[in-house]
Amino acid sequence: MRLVAPTLCAVLLAGAAMAAEDRITLGMVLEPPNLDPTAGAAAAIDEVVYANLFEGLTRFAPDGRIVPALAARWEVSADATRYTFHLRDGVTFHDGTAMDADDVIFTLDRARAEDSTNAQKQLFAGIERVEALDPLTVRVTLSAPDGDFPFKMAWGDAVIVAPESADSLATAPIGTGPFRLARWAKGDRVDLVRSPDYWGTSPALAAATFKFISDPNAAFAAMMAGDVDAFPNFPAPETLELFEADPRFSVIVGTTEGETILAMNNRQPPLDDPRVRAAIAHAIDRQDIIDGAMFGYGTPIGTHFAPHHPAYLDLTGLSAHDPDKARALLAEAGLETVKLRLALPPPAYARRGGEILAAQLRAVGIETEITNLEWAQWLEQVFRGHDFDLTIISHTEPADIGIYARPDYYFGYGDTEFAGLMERLATTAAPAERTAILHAAQRMIAEEHVNGYLFQLAKTGVADARIRGLWENAPTQANDLTGVSWAE
Amino acid sequence: MSGRAQLIAGGGLSAAVLAAAALSLVWVPHDVTVLEIGQRLRPPGGAFPLGTDQYGRDLLSMLMVGARVSIAVALVAVGIGIALGVPLGLMAAANRGSWLDEVVMRLNDLIFAFPALVIAILITAVLGPSALNAILAIGIFNIPVFARVARGAALSLWTLDFVLAARLAGKGRLRISAEHILPNIAPLLIVQATIQFSLGILAEAGLSYVGLGAQPPTPSWGRMLAEAQTMIYTAPRLAVLPGLAIVLTVLGLNLLGDGLRDALDPRLRKAAR
Repeated sequence: MRLVAPTLCAVLLAGAAMAAEDRITLGMVLEPPNLDPTAGAAAAIDEVVYANLFEGLTRFAPDGRIVPALAARWEVSADATRYTFHLRDGVTFHDGTAMDADDVIFTLDRARAEDSTNAQKQLFAGIERVEALDPLTVRVTLSAPDGDFPFKMAWGDAVIVAPESADSLATAPIGTGPFRLARWAKGDRVDLVRSPDYWGTSPALAAATFKFISDPNAAFAAMMAGDVDAFPNFPAPETLELFEADPRFSVIVGTTEGETILAMNNRQPPLDDPRVRAAIAHAIDRQDIIDGAMFGYGTPIGTHFAPHHPAYLDLTGLSAHDPDKARALLAEAGLETVKLRLALPPPAYARRGGEILAAQLRAVGIETEITNLEWAQWLEQVFRGHDFDLTIISHTEPADIGIYARPDYYFGYGDTEFAGLMERLATTAAPAERTAILHAAQRMIAEEHVNGYLFQLAKTGVADARIRGLWENAPTQANDLTGVSWAE
Repeated sequence: MSGRAQLIAGGGLSAAVLAAAALSLVWVPHDVTVLEIGQRLRPPGGAFPLGTDQYGRDLLSMLMVGARVSIAVALVAVGIGIALGVPLGLMAAANRGSWLDEVVMRLNDLIFAFPALVIAILITAVLGPSALNAILAIGIFNIPVFARVARGAALSLWTLDFVLAARLAGKGRLRISAEHILPNIAPLLIVQATIQFSLGILAEAGLSYVGLGAQPPTPSWGRMLAEAQTMIYTAPRLAVLPGLAIVLTVLGLNLLGDGLRDALDPRLRKAAR
């Protein structure tokens, strides 16, 4: 007996240690409204389900490259109008049904249908016909050449779903990913467990939990107490230096696709006057906003484009901080006093940035009335209702300069010349020509000062120092857990 | 602490806060609407006696202007309570047992039945967050407090000989209330006002802490506290100083109220006898 007791203890301890090594709890600021990435616009949906629960034909690699996913390989016709995707064999959905060409056809037809609720319908707009050559080969015919089609198929909105489960994905997400949904405790967390019959390499983690903590103080406390193992988008940049100094944690700073802008309502006076918009743009001191609101994390941008993108043009010079010029432009526009409303959604970049911005605008004679809005209010009033003058928001979709071609988009630009550029871009496959068009587009919105371009949001994450394989950068909104493991 | 010491300590603290708030009307060390990011999070010393906040604003100036905002909100809110509550209470007492008395007192009960801060949040949520709406929300809850105090004190006076004499002399209820009752219950109201004032400061801090008080760029103690929360490990003074300002102000007013009650009580007892 005297020998057994210590052995038992050792076994129990080892068991406890082992159990901790293949589970992870991730913190997220926002809870997804549902879990269907093909029907919701919220970034939080993709942050839970992308690559974990659902997969598309292609996918984003951590460095932003497009790599094969459910399609093992694909061929493109010389004129870039016909893509042939060769699907992987033996892929099943979580409900046990097989994934084949019919599911792909169903998914793409559903997404581009007239009554589709897909949040990114433009991804599918170029598709003319989808047909099965055999159960594992799909041919997509496009109405115009598109060299970017595999990129579009990598989005979370283009994941492959099955007709049997498509209608109930919001609460019962059935995908092909390496994890399946175990439980969604609304308002608290989503639990995922490893799927036993995944087609690819089984992930190192047996289970994962996404915990929703919107309050920065609570997030800090949860991280410090070890309640969450990692917080990939940590909401309190001011505390990062504490984590950096603590050997238990590692701070992961990377890039995101989030162009943070001071959006202006181009529809109504006085912001329909380019001179007023230019005045606002010249009143902005980007570095002050990055330092004051983000504690130095962020890269100044001069147009709606990510600085790490190869086609990026540094146009910050077009809207350099110049209060005198701003005042002169206002005088030229015939405005003595300007009073504008500034609507601020909850994230720190908006609330803190807004306060700094208001002071900068005040310095050139523009008074602002700040209103803090919750996300639901912001979406209702600003994004859908267009009832705003100024707002600060980060556009986190990758390569989304095309939103400037949409006259019905919330900031209401939709210049026809710009729309022409986007149409040409869609039908151009040659890389050099595409870059030229992208340069022209960036320059155009920067010269017309459609919005105030502030900075590229940094991905500032905090994680337990023993965790390996979290994404450093965020080429899309995702917390891909397939490569995550605990180091020993 | 003796009544006199309380009076001195409370009076001193309250006077200091009032003086700082009054001074901020004409002079502050640094303009709080100008953000100097380059000067952010400076430790105390030099040009910034208490250091600067995360936006490079001088903390001392912020606290001074914040005191002004807190005091203004609490003062007007208490003013609303006195202006509406005292006449209602006097009227109810003058017409004891009548339908008017019933209506006024039952309405008071109704307002008392709701948790004050929750209703204040509701009001500011409906009308939109601003200092004005915070005043309104806090003011409404001061009305029944003063109505009750005024009615209770007035009722005991209505049975006294000098009031009877006034009635015999042919004076109306309104005139008696104004000329004889009000001056005699004034000390009680002053004590109550001091206590309500400190509660008003707390309520304003609470509302602005949850973002429903004065809006940026106007500084307010509650919001300073809220914004400093995540920086409590890196720059603790950002949270400690506004917290201390709230504590000292409320403590000062409560001591003042207690001291005043002790000082005024003998006369009240004499009047009631």
